[in-house]
Amino acid sequence: MDILDIIGSALKAGLRPETAYISLAAIGLNIHFGYTGLLNFGQAGFMAVGAYGLAIPVFAFEASLWVGLACGITASVIFALLLGYPTLRLRADYLAIVTIAAAEIFRFIVRATGLREITGGSNGINGFSSGFYEANPYTSSVGFELGFLDFNYTAREAWVMTVGWGIVLTGIAFTYFAINSPWGRVLKSVREDEDAVRSLGKNAYSFKMQSLVIGGVFGAIGGMILALAQGSVQPSPVDLGPTRTFLAYAALIIGGTGKLWGPVAGSFIFISLLSFTDTFIRSAQAEGWIDESFIAPNEVGIARFVILGIALMLLMTFRPQGIFGSKREMALDV
Amino acid sequence: MSRSEAPAEIESKPGATKPDPILKVSGLVRQFGGLKAVDVEHLEIERNKITALIGPNGAGKTTFFNLITGFDQPNAGEWTYNGHPMKALGPHQMAKQGMVRTFQLTKSLSKLTVIENMKLGAANQVGESLGKALLPFTWKKQEAEIERRADALLDRFNMSHMRSEFAASLSGGQRKLLEMARALMAEPEIVMLDEPMAGVNPALTQELLGHVKELREEGRTIVFVEHDMDVVRDISDWVVVMAQGQIIAEGTHAEIGANQEVIDAYLGRHHDEEMSSDKAQESGTESFSQSEPDENSGLEKESNDE
Ligand SMILES: Nc1ncnc2c1ncn2[C@@H]1O[C@H](COP(=O)(O)OP(=O)(O)O)[C@@H](O)[C@H]1O
Ligand SMILES: [Mg+2]
Repeated sequence: MDILDIIGSALKAGLRPETAYISLAAIGLNIHFGYTGLLNFGQAGFMAVGAYGLAIPVFAFEASLWVGLACGITASVIFALLLGYPTLRLRADYLAIVTIAAAEIFRFIVRATGLREITGGSNGINGFSSGFYEANPYTSSVGFELGFLDFNYTAREAWVMTVGWGIVLTGIAFTYFAINSPWGRVLKSVREDEDAVRSLGKNAYSFKMQSLVIGGVFGAIGGMILALAQGSVQPSPVDLGPTRTFLAYAALIIGGTGKLWGPVAGSFIFISLLSFTDTFIRSAQAEGWIDESFIAPNEVGIARFVILGIALMLLMTFRPQGIFGSKREMALDV
Repeated sequence: MSRSEAPAEIESKPGATKPDPILKVSGLVRQFGGLKAVDVEHLEIERNKITALIGPNGAGKTTFFNLITGFDQPNAGEWTYNGHPMKALGPHQMAKQGMVRTFQLTKSLSKLTVIENMKLGAANQVGESLGKALLPFTWKKQEAEIERRADALLDRFNMSHMRSEFAASLSGGQRKLLEMARALMAEPEIVMLDEPMAGVNPALTQELLGHVKELREEGRTIVFVEHDMDVVRDISDWVVVMAQGQIIAEGTHAEIGANQEVIDAYLGRHHDEEMSSDKAQESGTESFSQSEPDENSGLEKESNDE
C-alpha cells in the first residue's frame, strides 16, 4: 500500500461537503456551548428542521428553492424559540434534555406515514435539489494538485463545496465579529456566571435566547447543505439523528470549544481521520496485515469508529483543550 | 450632607422614617420551610448616606439583599425604589434603574480578563445589541470611553497590574475588589455590597473605605453588610441591625453600641454570665461592649474628618 495515497485521499475527503456541513453544525454548537455555555444536545434536530424546511416547500408545494431556504431558516428560528422559552430560565441541564427529546420527536413526526404526502414518511424526500444543481457553474470535474496530492472532485461535489465552504467562511466571519463585540462579551459572561450578568443590568435570558437562535440557524443551514449534497433528506439516526449531533460535538471538542476555528479544524480532522482509518484498514487487509477473522470487511466501518473513539479519549487525556484551545484557560476550570 | 445631620433628624428605632428615603421596604417576608429568614416590617434607606447592615451569621442579611435586588422572591411584602414599586421587576431591570449589588460569594467571570470583567459592567452599551455588534464603527468610540473609565477605576482599586489576567487567577480579596469596581462601572445610584471587605487585606481595606466615602460624595447611596465593627464605625452614617430575619435596631453607631437588644443578639442571652472577649470573638464579630470605650475616640476621629 502507498501511505501517501491514503493520506492524500484522507485530506481529499476532509474537504468534501460532509466536512462543510458538520463544520456549520459545530459552528452553531460553538456559539451555544463554547461561548454561551448552553448545552444543546439536539443540534441534529436543528439540521433536520433546516433540511425539511428546505425540501418540503419544493417537494410538496412546488415552491422554489429560495422559498425553501426562507422556510428552513424561519422554521429553525421558531424551533429555537419553542425550545428556549420554557428552559432558558431554568438550570442548564433542562435545555439539554429538551433539545435531545425535541430533535427525536421531530424526526419521528416527519417519518409518520400519515404525513407521507408532505414529508415523504420514512422514505424521506428526494428530487427537490434540481434547482440547485441547475445553477451549477461547473461543467466538468474540478481538480488541483498540491505537491504529491491530487485533489479531484466531480462538478456536483465542487458546486456543493463552493456553496458550503463559502457559508462556513461567512459563519466564521460572523462569529469573529459577533464574539469580539460587547454582545459577545455578554455571551461569554453568561457562560461564566448568569447572575453576575443580571446584577449588572443585562437580561441574561434574552442573550441566551439570541445565542440559541443563532447557533440553531447555523445548524439548520448545515442541514440544508447536507440535504443538497445528498440530494435527499432521510429521517435516519445517522443522517439527522443523535449520531449527527455526536459528530458535531466531537468535531467541536477536537478543534477546541470556544475557539474561532475550532469547529472547522475539528471537522476537517475528524472526517479526514475517519477516511484515513477506513482506507488504511482496507489496504492493510489487502496486504494481509490484518486478518479477516480479526476485522471482517463489513466491519471496517465500525472498526474505524472504535479507533477514533480511542483517539478521542487520548486527545481528552493529553490535550483536553482541543487542538486550538489554550492550556492556560483550561487550567482555570479547576 | 455632613454626617452629624442625619442622627439629629431621625429617630433611632426599627422602621424609623427618614427625610429622603431612596428605598422603602414594608412587610417583607421570606420563608424557607418553617424558617422565616427575612421578616422586615418596615425599613427605609436614606438617600446619599452610607448605611451598614449588621447582624450575626444567618440573620438574613444576604437573603434581604437577594429579595430587594430581585434575585429571590418574597412570600409577602412590597418595596419601592425612588417611589416606584419594584416587586414585579427582574434583577436586571432593577440594576438598570440604578440599584446594583455585589455578592457575598464573589461572582467573577473566571475566563474573562480583569479588564473585560470591568467593561461588562458598563450600562447602555450600543454594541450589546446584535445588529450593532456586527458593525464595530457603531460602538468602537463608546468602547474606548468605557475602557478609559474601567482603567481609571482599576487604578483607584490598585488593580491595574492585573488588568490582563484572567479573573480566575485573582485571590479572594482581589475578586471582591474586582466585583465592587465592576459594579461601579454601571454607575449605580445605590450600591448594595455584601461583605465587600471580607478577605481584603487591612491596608487595602482602609483605601477601600476611602473609596466608599468618595461614592457618597459623588451622590450615591451605599448599603453594605459588614462584620468588622471598626469598619462600620469608620464609615457608616447609619446602622441597621438584623437578627433572626427582623430589624431589631437602627441608629448611629454610638446608639447601636449601647443598645441592649443588639448586645443580646450578638452575644446570646447569657452574655452577662460570661462576657469574656474570647466568647465575643468566637461569635465572629467584635463585641460591642468592648468597643464602647472606643466610642469617644471614634467620635473624635469623625470630627477630625470634618
Ligand atoms: N436557599 C436557602 N434555602 C434554605 N435556607 C436558606 C437559604 N438561604 C438562606 N437560608 C437560611 O436563611 C437564613 C438567613 O441566611 P442569610 O441571609 O444567608 O444570612 P446572613 O447573610 O445574614 O448571614 C439562614 O438561617 C440560612 O440558613
Ligand atoms: Mg450573608
